[in-house]
Amino acid sequence: MVTKRIIPCLDIKEGRVVKGTNFINLRDAGSAVELAERYYNEGADELVFLDITASEEKRKTLLQLVVEVAAVIRIPFTVGGGISELNDIDKLLKAGSDKVSLNTSIVNHPELISSAAKQFGSQAIVAAVDIKKVENTHKVFVKGGKVETEKNGMLWCMECAERGAGEILLTSMDHDGTKDGYNNDFLKELCEKVNIPVIASGGAGNKKHFADTFINTNVDACLAASLFHYNELSIGELKKYLYNKNINVRI
Amino acid sequence: MIALIDYGAGNTASVANVLKDLNTDYIITQKESEICKSDKIIFPGVGEASYAIKKLNLYNLINLLRVIKKPFLGICLGMQLMCERSEEGNVNCLGVFPTYCKKFEGDDIKIPHMGWNKVEFSEGSKLFDGIPNGQHFYFAHSYYVPVNVNTSSICNHGVDFTASMQKDNYYGVQFHPEKSGEYGINIIRNFLEKC
Repeated sequence: MVTKRIIPCLDIKEGRVVKGTNFINLRDAGSAVELAERYYNEGADELVFLDITASEEKRKTLLQLVVEVAAVIRIPFTVGGGISELNDIDKLLKAGSDKVSLNTSIVNHPELISSAAKQFGSQAIVAAVDIKKVENTHKVFVKGGKVETEKNGMLWCMECAERGAGEILLTSMDHDGTKDGYNNDFLKELCEKVNIPVIASGGAGNKKHFADTFINTNVDACLAASLFHYNELSIGELKKYLYNKNINVRI
Repeated sequence: MIALIDYGAGNTASVANVLKDLNTDYIITQKESEICKSDKIIFPGVGEASYAIKKLNLYNLINLLRVIKKPFLGICLGMQLMCERSEEGNVNCLGVFPTYCKKFEGDDIKIPHMGWNKVEFSEGSKLFDGIPNGQHFYFAHSYYVPVNVNTSSICNHGVDFTASMQKDNYYGVQFHPEKSGEYGINIIRNFLEKC
């Protein structure tokens, strides 16, 4: 049986790792390449890099980062942030990344999912979906969580799966940075509605939160950022804890 | 000299990085002449089967890859393309292995099969030399090769399927050794040194 994955996420701004709370208040957490290497050595199953640099030079710096990261780690990694064309995806995969995560661009152009899956294979295309509760429903937000859309979170995830995405990276903005645990209610329902792998994101504060989500939902992976960056929890310790709880992880 | 075949969709950078780790000279190529001059061939595959076969036709490599006698390692789609045909895009492939490639099915499994899964190999498999049995390797695929007479290791995702196979000078692995940590590097080292 395929193991449950632990995925450190690195939010990148100009080559440095940053992390905020509820998508704001960024603080520096170190060099992206150094952190990537540390996580690889600690036993991370894969890594996610989200580039939040807002500049003209963005694409070049992101490509350079992918080359540098690919040189030091021997596990898969995903790159996201501002990717809007097939040509961008091609360059990122050729530079050494394994998957790209698409967010705002697929909300604006849903057909990009199918054309990208056709050219690169579904396994390379991750649909990143940011949701937030608005009144009684979960709405999809884009542009790094700044812009609310009309889309319903659950329906959009199902559409992404139907169009050929290979995986869903689901971030609950209400939980992100709070350290109160993942949005298990939404994740449980999501895993019943799609049959592609789902990555839980937003809210991990301690090792029990990971166990709760793996036990109560059928997600394939849990992603976390600040918890790992500031050494509050090591990946090795987390995986040992999960293993002792009879959760199928790679030790 | 290792020829790393680049047909335009495969991720050659990651395999090249492992070859650098192992101090092995390589050339990234799609030229028949360069492949013929090399000692061994690695064929990394990512992407879609019918697109890949179209590209191999375009570079005029189909016949060469079918008859070549040098040690040849196909990775992921690179292994699947060595079968007779693939359900992905319903395409005829190289036909080195007398089997075919089919899509995972079933409501109780997630597709693609994505992540680290346990691989059980049979005795004497050169690629796994020195690696303890039952290790986890990284997989990312929606199509699989059923267990067949050439299967040298198996994995399970709803069904048992071929994690690696071998026939004469042809070796295929469904997982990504270049993304499977230290044991993955050992697989590539074994191919370079023992196959």
